Amino acid sequence: MSAISRDDVAHLASLARIELTEQELNDYAGQLDVILTAVASISEVAADDIPPTTHAVPVVNVFREDVVTPSLDRDSVLDHAPAAEDGRFRVPRILDEE
Amino acid sequence: MSALLIDFDEVIANFDPVLGLEVHVELGTASKMFCGCATEFGAEPNTQVCPTCLGLPGSLPVVNGTAVESAIRIGLALNCSIASWCRFARKNYFYPDMPKNFQTSQYDEPICFEGYLDVDVETDEGTRTFRVEIERAHMEEDTGKSLHVGGSTGRIHGADFSLVDYNRAGIPLIEIVTKPLEGAGKYAPEVAKAYVGALRDLLRGLGVSDVKMEQGSLRCDVNLSLRTSPDAPLGTRTETKNVNSLRSVERAIRYEMQRQAALLADGTAIIQETRHWHEDTGVTTSGRVKSDAEDYRYFPEPDLVPVAPSAEWIEQLRSQLPEPPADRSKRLRQEWGISEKEMQSVINAGALDLVLATIAEGADPAASRKWWLGELARRANDEGVELESLAITAKQVADLEALVQSGRLNDKLARQVIDGVLAGEGEPAAVADSRGLQIVSDDSALLAAINEAIAADPDAAQKIRDGKVAAAGALVGAVMKATQGQADAGRVRELVLQELGQ
Amino acid sequence: MSDLIHASAVELAAQIANKTVSAVEVAQAHLDRIAEVDGRVNAFLYVDGDGALEQARAVDHAVASGQTLSPLAGVPLALKDVLTQTGVPTTAGSKILEGWRPPYDATVVERLRDAGVVILGKTNMDEFAMGSSTENSAYGPTHNPWDLERIPGGSSGGSAAAVSAYEAPLAIGTDTGGSIRQPAAVTGIVGAKPTYGAVSRYGLVAFSSSLDQAGPFARTVVDTALLHSVIAGHDPRDSTSIKEAVPDVVGAAKSADVSKMRIGVVRELSGEGYQPGVQARFDEAVELLRAQGAEIIEISCPSFTYALGAYYLIAPSECSSNLARFDAMRFGLRTDDNGELSAEDVMRHTRAAGFGPEVKRRIILGTYALSSGYYDAYYGQAQKVRTLITRDFEAAWASVDVLISPTTPTEPFRIGERVNDPVAMYKADLCTLPSSLYGGPAISVPIGLGDENLPVGLQVMAPVMADDQVYRVASAVEKALAQQWGGLLLDQAVAL
Repeated sequence: MSAISRDDVAHLASLARIELTEQELNDYAGQLDVILTAVASISEVAADDIPPTTHAVPVVNVFREDVVTPSLDRDSVLDHAPAAEDGRFRVPRILDEE
Repeated sequence: MSALLIDFDEVIANFDPVLGLEVHVELGTASKMFCGCATEFGAEPNTQVCPTCLGLPGSLPVVNGTAVESAIRIGLALNCSIASWCRFARKNYFYPDMPKNFQTSQYDEPICFEGYLDVDVETDEGTRTFRVEIERAHMEEDTGKSLHVGGSTGRIHGADFSLVDYNRAGIPLIEIVTKPLEGAGKYAPEVAKAYVGALRDLLRGLGVSDVKMEQGSLRCDVNLSLRTSPDAPLGTRTETKNVNSLRSVERAIRYEMQRQAALLADGTAIIQETRHWHEDTGVTTSGRVKSDAEDYRYFPEPDLVPVAPSAEWIEQLRSQLPEPPADRSKRLRQEWGISEKEMQSVINAGALDLVLATIAEGADPAASRKWWLGELARRANDEGVELESLAITAKQVADLEALVQSGRLNDKLARQVIDGVLAGEGEPAAVADSRGLQIVSDDSALLAAINEAIAADPDAAQKIRDGKVAAAGALVGAVMKATQGQADAGRVRELVLQELGQ
Repeated sequence: MSDLIHASAVELAAQIANKTVSAVEVAQAHLDRIAEVDGRVNAFLYVDGDGALEQARAVDHAVASGQTLSPLAGVPLALKDVLTQTGVPTTAGSKILEGWRPPYDATVVERLRDAGVVILGKTNMDEFAMGSSTENSAYGPTHNPWDLERIPGGSSGGSAAAVSAYEAPLAIGTDTGGSIRQPAAVTGIVGAKPTYGAVSRYGLVAFSSSLDQAGPFARTVVDTALLHSVIAGHDPRDSTSIKEAVPDVVGAAKSADVSKMRIGVVRELSGEGYQPGVQARFDEAVELLRAQGAEIIEISCPSFTYALGAYYLIAPSECSSNLARFDAMRFGLRTDDNGELSAEDVMRHTRAAGFGPEVKRRIILGTYALSSGYYDAYYGQAQKVRTLITRDFEAAWASVDVLISPTTPTEPFRIGERVNDPVAMYKADLCTLPSSLYGGPAISVPIGLGDENLPVGLQVMAPVMADDQVYRVASAVEKALAQQWGGLLLDQAVAL
């Protein structure tokens, strides 16, 4: 597993929408490198034929009936929003079209 | 801002188009995909939300069983294989209308895969069937809706802030993706339109969605690339969004073909990007080109367990599917005794369900077709809307036809009644009453008008007496004019001839 | 009255039920204790005095009207601040949720309320449950009641310290990689991680979805079992919730009978890095079990050595996705919204200001492990290692009923000692990680003091859904040691 650089961390921070200072970028690169080395041992494991586990207890088909249940009271939701207007969440201007 | 375009025929002469269509269907379930909030259209903002669809800390999703059933039925109707075991996956990206900043979707394990839909298109050589191959259909959830405030256009660019409503967040979506559609050549726009139309009809027939493109319950993204020949490698494709009607599908593809061809002919490379279709101006514009290609970091959704539909369940659903549209079209064509081409016109106009609904309300097939493909199709075209968006229902058309059949109205008067219904004046009978529309069928009233016409045009009258019955036309015309078209022309002619001894 | 704070949950419930004492008196005694010591311990982030007394009054009213009470009615409890409680501040130990009052209750909270348990307040924790020392809390560390310079373990350090300091007889924590068991071990109390899926995660602020489980703390095994049975059980709001009936953990705890059991000692969970005192107490505990009639067998679980690597890829990956929702748009902290900055910038700044360094580190690590080109080598590989670990457990069950090990390799270290060495910090979880990845139940029970006179715990692990077995063995150990000590290990702590 290759070393993780300051630029790698910058790219990841951008994907994760966290603004990191230059100091943090360098610090984390170093720390993450150490951590990745520690976890590197798992690459030794010959696991080609091993299926991954995603759940401890193998259950399938958990569904709910298509019935309407009560929603939250709007005030209880908007009261704790950073900003609200006209019954909606007010957010700063969005740049990227999705 | 206008891009350079190359004439369509020249495009075809030099390039081979390859299409891809991604259609999102909003399911008509009562509750959302992962929670029990209502899915009513038009509710007050943020009144149909809960911790789960708002993505509040600690919230968890639970799958709507009916949404899974609908997904399977859609897959079966599209001749897909149904996964015996599949999972949901998280598609991770940030956007303010995404409550969790990941979408719970499906990645490499879609519930339906490897299917097809055959569509018929009119070509120079007659009707041709294209097999549109379906790569996959999978389940996912819709996002909230943002209103961009400030700025001049209500669009994102230049807005000061946005207001977000999460009522729509979490509504079940099925995404249907085609494989690259090759070999359509100059019919690419028509094939695409036919596919979306056929898909829409199929979905409506299944009863899984109200599939209204203008309301967003059926959304289409079109992908297009050009290559120099069918043997050449695939070109760079663009994705065009905001294609909100069947008409737009056809126009957007045609436009993109012309735009891309112009660039390629000029030696300019096509940028792989998302573009936005503008129905009013008939062009696509560039979306914001992202410098950082988004890495969605898909991984299996740990808060949900796999979906493993049993073979029994799948067969039960398969046995309950409605008649496939293609079979239904064939059956109806034979019942109605019309040609393939005529049937295709009905389908192309998006009129089949409307015609059938009108027949169900009591009108005869030929009359139903006549109204929907004739007068109403013309009006829809003039207004630039889909037939089904016209403000007239199948029942109203049937009632109108009944008024014609009963002799109260003729076609010309009926068209005036249509004006009234579309304008919101009320039901056909009420409109006829309030506008005083009624064929004059009282012979004595007609005779009065006829005698006036005879007196006013003695030459024509004499010709008729002499046996030249063709001259009756002039007198009939005069009577129709005098009665403002409210006479039964056939009866007038009979009486004219009768009066003049023929 | 001060005796009330030293009573067990069983004793308190009995006294309330037979009206020897009122629930209000019991609640007040504990609130007084909190006022007395929590300035030094810092177990609580929020004390809900009014709410607690109101809940206590409701229990007294039920007693007075002759209603049958549930076994823990009126008993006070400290709730880890990672579970939502309507209208009560819930921070998950983070600045990004400072002041947030959830509009809904976690299922665990609903069940506690229905059982008449009196929630005293919300306890301190490592931010978003990431940590083994509670030093990653944005609200300052919690101090180990045994030695205030020492960590109380993490991430449920506040809950463990509260019970250890007699601020509450019961507490709820959450365990993802050991965050209940390790704090229990280093504070000298009992703490259990139920089988994954046994306790609803609805309302549990998610860290690592496939690993998180809420679980009980108490000073005795029976008290812990009683709390376990209140909170466990199927919840239709949690798709990963198991439908099978909750095993009779209370019955198993009361029986404490290990005479016919085969107990496996995990070879790989010992050796280098394990303090001699810890190892010695463990070996003594093994002898105690043998003396009670259990057969002791050494079991090798070679995949356990990969548990740390797998965990520190799976958990950060899941958390990088779970924490994406903290984006300043709908709830929580929003910084720098001056009308000029875009939503994207406000998100970036808020997350930078609101998350602590360990959280940021794990988000970056998780983003990396999931990113295209790396998924197979990291997250994908880790999930395969998880299968191998599961296979080791399943192979073990062919020859033993439970597996045991020390709960953590060392006694509680000093506050500040490992904060700058993440990997050293991660190693506190070496023993607890395997059962987390497997999903089976595990418990920590106190077995004595180490060379620094600080608590040491024994971990018992059992097959998935055999939660009763861990209580049975823990109870046997507790009983034997109670005879030796004449009481609880906690009695040997210096009073605060």
